[in-house]
Amino acid sequence: MAYLPNIIFAIILIAGIGYFVKNVKTLARNIRLGKDVDVSDNKSQRWKNMAMIALGQSKLVRRPISGFLHVVVYIGFIIINLEVLEIIIDGLFGTHRVGLSVLPISVYGGLIGSFEVLACLVFISVVIFWIRRNVIKLKRFWSSEMTSWPKNDGNFILYFEMVLMTLFLIMNATDVHFQSLDAGNTVSQYIASWFSDFSENTLHIIERASWWIHIIGILVFLNYLYFSKHLHILLAFPNTFYGKVKPKGTLDNLEAVTKEVKMMMDPNADLFAAPAEGVEDEEPAKFGASDVQDLNWVQLLNAYTCTECGRCTSACPANLTGKKLSPRKIMMDTRDRLEEVGKNIDANNGEFVDDGKQLLGDYITNEELWACTTCNACVEECPVSIDPLSIILEMRRYLVMEQSAAPTELNNMMTNIENNGAPWPYNQMDRLNWKDE
Amino acid sequence: MSESLNVPTMADFMAQGKQPEILFWVGSAGSFDDRAKKITRAFVKLLNKANVDFAVLGTEESCTGDVAKRAGNEFLFQMQAVTNIEVLNAYEVKKIVTCDPHSFNCLKNEYPSLGGNYEVIHHTQFIKQLIDSGQLKTANNLYKGKRITYHDPCYLGRANNEYDAPRDVLKETQANIFEMKRHKGTALCCGAGGAQMFKEPEKGDMDINVLRTEDALETKPDIIATGCPYCNTMMTDGVKAKEKEADIEVLDIAELIANAQGL
Ligand code: SF4
Ligand code: SF4
Repeated sequence: MAYLPNIIFAIILIAGIGYFVKNVKTLARNIRLGKDVDVSDNKSQRWKNMAMIALGQSKLVRRPISGFLHVVVYIGFIIINLEVLEIIIDGLFGTHRVGLSVLPISVYGGLIGSFEVLACLVFISVVIFWIRRNVIKLKRFWSSEMTSWPKNDGNFILYFEMVLMTLFLIMNATDVHFQSLDAGNTVSQYIASWFSDFSENTLHIIERASWWIHIIGILVFLNYLYFSKHLHILLAFPNTFYGKVKPKGTLDNLEAVTKEVKMMMDPNADLFAAPAEGVEDEEPAKFGASDVQDLNWVQLLNAYTCTECGRCTSACPANLTGKKLSPRKIMMDTRDRLEEVGKNIDANNGEFVDDGKQLLGDYITNEELWACTTCNACVEECPVSIDPLSIILEMRRYLVMEQSAAPTELNNMMTNIENNGAPWPYNQMDRLNWKDE
Repeated sequence: MSESLNVPTMADFMAQGKQPEILFWVGSAGSFDDRAKKITRAFVKLLNKANVDFAVLGTEESCTGDVAKRAGNEFLFQMQAVTNIEVLNAYEVKKIVTCDPHSFNCLKNEYPSLGGNYEVIHHTQFIKQLIDSGQLKTANNLYKGKRITYHDPCYLGRANNEYDAPRDVLKETQANIFEMKRHKGTALCCGAGGAQMFKEPEKGDMDINVLRTEDALETKPDIIATGCPYCNTMMTDGVKAKEKEADIEVLDIAELIANAQGL
């Protein structure tokens, strides 16, 4: 029976990691529902972007307060998690603070001491984050798409962090042996004094309880990610790598259209010729996107990566002037619909069964799409290289090329271009008149 | 009618068996919009003054298709692009300058994969080159001491990362430059992009150009400078909406430099 804790620990660990792996598989499957897109170019620039934007958080620090706090939480989070390594070894092998038996006391103390300081800083930052969200009520956390779940999600994670940091410090403070070493208890020695009246036995129980809740909490956190905007702590890396590397103004040229245009312009092409053998069944290309499967996989990865921070929306000229369009909502809608499609596939043995719904109309309205000025402010602002504009454009393409559903004024403008090569009804032969006016 | 400008066409050059150094892409706004035509003329005056060997396509130019593309009509865009590329390539054009950031972006970034590869520069970049090389001599002090604020066009700034050339050129006027709170990467759009120029805005509580004009008014400018014919229209309308047209001028950088040259 002496091994019971080790066995329980192993089971919890395997269950926690197993469920996480399952979620990651679903995530990858859903992202692959998107169309293929060539991202093999500019490798070195891509690595650089990942290093600077995801690891270096270069875009976050543009807003100094939230940027600084975020860096603290991020660094703290990563470094403190080194401690998890020790917890796992201790848990599996029944050791206690295995680090002490492999490292000199001074090194071990230095490490744990710095973790404790970081834990404190993380705690303080998280409290400030909470105040910004709930007391100061920063506008971007309270717009219309921040319905109850996104709002709660943001807070849950803050509570999570507060509890985990507290447990870590209490665990150290009530560890009599660790306190007696007097190395590395930089912060916890003060907390230990709160417990000075407790018997050694009680302390041991508190220490063990904190230890268990701490590691279970971390596993729960890991599995909460998939359901949360906090997926960005993992996906920010691939997302910044696969993000746009061309100048922001560049919109891709649709290849399917290029083929048709070349055919039409080619005087030798026989438009009525029977299609070549074997391609008869080829479905005509669908232009633009009406649902998530019409988007490419980078756009779907974008949707899962979105942190719902609202920086994009707070810079969007349409949103700032009261229009319905919010680039954050575009990303949240895309993710919600993608999840819905994924669940549909799971429920129908791996096949998507038409549910009479789609991204266009059921989630994103024409009114939102037509309000965009393609100004790229959202793309510029996004701290994790998301491109909401590319989704908006893809859906406009569907509206115009598949449904001829552009606003009347735009149809007039396009007819003008077709007929006389300018968006206004002027004769092309008058193009040089300005010279003599 | 003002004095006639020297504006040779590519066809003229071809007839003489010559090739100009650079093609001036006038763009649809620059050709037809009354306000934008003034910018076109101001820029040509600068080209003439600096003895630049240039030509225009004239009646052989057609809309780049940029606005159709952004409205979602990829088909129309590519038809326009392929037609224009045929003309440009037939004239063996290597280098293009344009006053319109939308044409600039489209020719520079979206034509190459359709077979149109050119060196494309914006007129503010070109004017800077002319000043740096001494082809345009230092201006008079018409604008000395005036308060100028510069509005970044989205398609020059964020879209193509050109923030410095227009500002460097503005310094030549010896005016005092004041930045709006939102400038360079965080500049607010004027509201014209993405085909908005050609339609009524969606329902909201204010027009984007008015909000952007408010940004500009905070700097108490005598002049709002910009480098895009559409921004110019939007900001001009914004200034009118704020009933400030008697005090504030909206001018393109080409016009400012041409005026400062006494042209
Ligand atoms: S590109 Fe469109 S969605 Fe993005 S900030 Fe500009 S107007 Fe808003
Ligand atoms: S798209 Fe980017 S900027 Fe907008 S909410 Fe998501 S993470 Fe934030």
